Amino acid sequence: MRPPEWSCTMEQPSSHLKIRRSDDFSLVEFADRKILEELSIQEIEEELTRLVEGQMGLKLVLNFKNVDHLSSAALSMLLKLNRRLEEQNGQLKLSDINRQIFEVFKITRLNRIFQIHDTVEDAIAGFGRV
Amino acid sequence: MTVPPEFGIRESDLTEMVVPSNLRSAKEPERRIVRAMVRNGYDPETTFGLKLALEEAMTNAVKHGNCNDPSKSVVVRYYVDPRRVVVMVRDEGCGFCPENVPDPTAEENLERPNGRGIMLMHSYTTRVCYNRTGNEVWMLKEKSPPPQPTR
Repeated sequence: MRPPEWSCTMEQPSSHLKIRRSDDFSLVEFADRKILEELSIQEIEEELTRLVEGQMGLKLVLNFKNVDHLSSAALSMLLKLNRRLEEQNGQLKLSDINRQIFEVFKITRLNRIFQIHDTVEDAIAGFGRV
Repeated sequence: MTVPPEFGIRESDLTEMVVPSNLRSAKEPERRIVRAMVRNGYDPETTFGLKLALEEAMTNAVKHGNCNDPSKSVVVRYYVDPRRVVVMVRDEGCGFCPENVPDPTAEENLERPNGRGIMLMHSYTTRVCYNRTGNEVWMLKEKSPPPQPTR
């Protein structure tokens, strides 16, 4: 699979997220290794809300490659984001989740709710299939 | 509540810390316990699990038990040896009944945003006990036995 071609790439400096946008979708990387603390989760949630606000049909990939720890508060934030995107006819996909973090999704059975892909490329290719 | 007998340690084995009830201060016991686990040879996977369970217990104590009241405190007592980790977290709240927390993995609750903390504490530790009031939780994490060599 070829790497995604960005028709428009934009790096947004922020404390918690690295956001890249193309015409077709947005890709978000977490800057923090731990998505644990309530305060940072609130800030991440605010940043993500700003990103998706009013963006009907937005296709969003959250890349977890930098993340090695998360909490139930982070899962809650992801569920709210997923619901919001669904309400806007958008799609959320998660990628590059390490084994330990994936185990958390499995234990909570949230792997049934979220579309989880091994790589960003797989996630992007998955948009085409829906 | 004293140490649950099945946890296999004495009161005098425990180290106690009292931290202000905010999420930043709540990190200090976690740092100390994780350091002690590393010194006692726990693998990253076990440490990951205990850290996650402790994080959830501390968040519950600060947010739900102490209702984010900064004038309150959280008491943490812990013990680490090469075979087990014991952690107690107590808040100043009026407690809750863990049995009344709905199962977050039930089909009808899967998309509900809240209610996964307690379930994760159970999943990532060997045993979880509450006092009668429900404002004190005890967690036991035993080291997994090493895999048996195959012949």
